[in-house]
Amino acid sequence: MSAETVEKAIEIKPAEGLLSKRRKRLITDPLIDENPITIQVLGICSSLAVTTQMKPTLVMAISVIFVVALSNFVISLMRNTIPGRVRIIVQLAVVATLVTIVSEILKAFAYDMYKELSVFIGLIITNCIVMGRLEAFAMGNKPYDSMLDGLGSALGYSWIILTVAFFRELWGSGSIFGIRVFDYVSKLFGDDFHLATNGLMVTPVGAFIILGLIVWVQRTKTGYVEH
Amino acid sequence: MQQSNTYIIVYSGVLTIILGFLLSGSAQFLGPWQAESIALDKKKQILGAVISAEEIGAMTPEQVNAFYSNNIASSVVDINGKEVTEGGVTAENVEIAKLYKKPAEERLYPVFIYHEEGNPDAVKSYIFPLYGAGLWDAIWGYVALNTDMNTIGGITLAHAGETPGLGARITEPGVQARYVGKKIFDENGELVAVAMKKGEGKDYSSKPHEVDGMSGATITANGVNNMLSSYLGHYSAYIKSKSSAQAVAGL
Repeated sequence: MSAETVEKAIEIKPAEGLLSKRRKRLITDPLIDENPITIQVLGICSSLAVTTQMKPTLVMAISVIFVVALSNFVISLMRNTIPGRVRIIVQLAVVATLVTIVSEILKAFAYDMYKELSVFIGLIITNCIVMGRLEAFAMGNKPYDSMLDGLGSALGYSWIILTVAFFRELWGSGSIFGIRVFDYVSKLFGDDFHLATNGLMVTPVGAFIILGLIVWVQRTKTGYVEH
Repeated sequence: MQQSNTYIIVYSGVLTIILGFLLSGSAQFLGPWQAESIALDKKKQILGAVISAEEIGAMTPEQVNAFYSNNIASSVVDINGKEVTEGGVTAENVEIAKLYKKPAEERLYPVFIYHEEGNPDAVKSYIFPLYGAGLWDAIWGYVALNTDMNTIGGITLAHAGETPGLGARITEPGVQARYVGKKIFDENGELVAVAMKKGEGKDYSSKPHEVDGMSGATITANGVNNMLSSYLGHYSAYIKSKSSAQAVAGL
């Protein structure tokens, strides 16, 4: 017997980089091409409701990022144990817990924001983006990938609501992050010059208009057509 | 994959326990900070009756606390205007919302006295809490009376769940400013309080007991009216004692 040692070609798969190309796409795709608001048209309610001013919008965006990324991570960890028949309830329970924790933290450290956003923080539970990503991605992918996916979707949501809030606060209240931009600009041009604010921007109608314009601009550029 | 019923029930049970533990744990852990935030918010509301929202907004939490302790004195009175001191009650600890369920005679009534900085004798105004029902949920606030015990110096109003854009407008400075300078007693010294009327955009500057309403929010406005007249009524003994004391001092 020839002691032929068959060299087994041991395939060592190179470990995928923490931010490999595929993983980067998980984050960048939802920013433009798969944007949850402008392409998938999810999470519209909160983008109309909280975007009158930049500051609450930023708090809302951070809360959503936290909830979506973490719930994707947790659900992905549990995905093989979750009983199929009650999976939606399990997902809801996890999301609701995270949302409540966010709300408790805001109550402790940013009480004014807590009062202002109050019900909308709670309503993150019903934000379609959260459940949508859990069902579409986290139930079938690994935890780290799922977290990145959630992060991407939440960032895609965040930059849209922040853009909407920027224009609504600027035109509706004449300020950005509470800084009275219109007053400063008016002063530059003398006493008779007065920049007027538009009350329409403060109402949800203003958000519809801005959001519509963003969708229009984006779809013109990317050539996206709904089927 | 189809799991057995037992698996599903046990899974749900364990999940509920873990999540419940997380929730109560975070509430417990954050409790002290939350209590601090709520106490600070209450001070801001009380101060809101006498200084503008912008001034308060510009203050840091430390400045609010310092301003409050230098400029606000407080006491607790009963329905007869007598000061209550037993049991270590302080005005800040009286929970108006809880006492609201008791009959008016048994409640405690905190009074916040706005005075010149560091000099509790130089009173600028008296601030009384208000509590009542709006259209959907509770509404509350603080009303400041000038030292004549008749003219409203300022008011803050807050709500738990009034309709945004309609009843929720009671929190707007513009709506609250309508109360400034109104009188709560008529010429005969009878308490009439101040009523917010139906409709919006009329001029009430010549009417000392009426203010312009909020369009589309008449029920909230009625709630504000009820709370103002009932609480000013509960405080009337105290108010009269202060105004007669001043009349004596003025002679």
